[in-house]
Amino acid sequence: MSVQPFLIAGAGLFSMGIYGILVRRNAVMVLLSIELILNAVNINFVVFNAMLSDTLLSGQIFSIFVITIAAAEVGIGLAIVLMLFRNRQTANINEFDLMKW
Amino acid sequence: MGAIDIVSYFLILGLLLAAVRVVTTSNVIHAAISLVFTLAITAVIFLLLSAEFVGMVVVLVYIGAVIVLFLFGIMITRAPLGQNAELDNEKNKTLGLVISLSIFALFSYVIINSFDGKMNITEGTSTQVLGEILLTRFVYPFEIVSFVLLAALIGGITLARKDNALIDEDQV
Repeated sequence: MSVQPFLIAGAGLFSMGIYGILVRRNAVMVLLSIELILNAVNINFVVFNAMLSDTLLSGQIFSIFVITIAAAEVGIGLAIVLMLFRNRQTANINEFDLMKW
Repeated sequence: MGAIDIVSYFLILGLLLAAVRVVTTSNVIHAAISLVFTLAITAVIFLLLSAEFVGMVVVLVYIGAVIVLFLFGIMITRAPLGQNAELDNEKNKTLGLVISLSIFALFSYVIINSFDGKMNITEGTSTQVLGEILLTRFVYPFEIVSFVLLAALIGGITLARKDNALIDEDQV
């Protein structure tokens, strides 16, 4: 099995995540797009692990670490969104322009 | 081209279609459900690449916990359920499309020109080896990452709880 289709699928997921981050207006949707990007990274890790036949299985182990960090990131991110929503009554990221010059 | 290649092409096609739906649908719940499809197909691809433990972790952690957290976040921020034309930032759409398509073109160019390796799928399970390596060679990162999770837990609780003193201060 060639690695190229899987790597291109990873690249596609990554660029779709970038598109979502740039275009979405709701903060929760931006977090959802970040999940797409992390998922693309996981696919690449596992594919390269299978390609290099690493005896230490580093690719799989690092994808588990990425999943752990993603879970932590979602927890913190949603807590921040919740806090912003409580203070501003909106989750629209265009409204959060307090630090914009 | 064997049967496994055809299956993997179909899986990749489904993966990309579900991912497109995550970022283009105008319904927040549909976006979360499409993310479930994306992650489920990713888990199947991991099973196909004999990384069954990672696939199971994706199902348990992502589909089981993260998506529930996302649905909770969607509902608690009172995002309008159903069709919502305001979900996308119209004036960013062209720019976002240009940037993401150029990133995709660049990545595809690099991948097609540089990586033509084949995957050696080993038979049998890799979970036992994975567990041994995780608790010998990678034991320090493992412990550190558990500490990061603890810190995230404490941080999440601290951020999200209602601080009575702060609320009184705001209301005065």
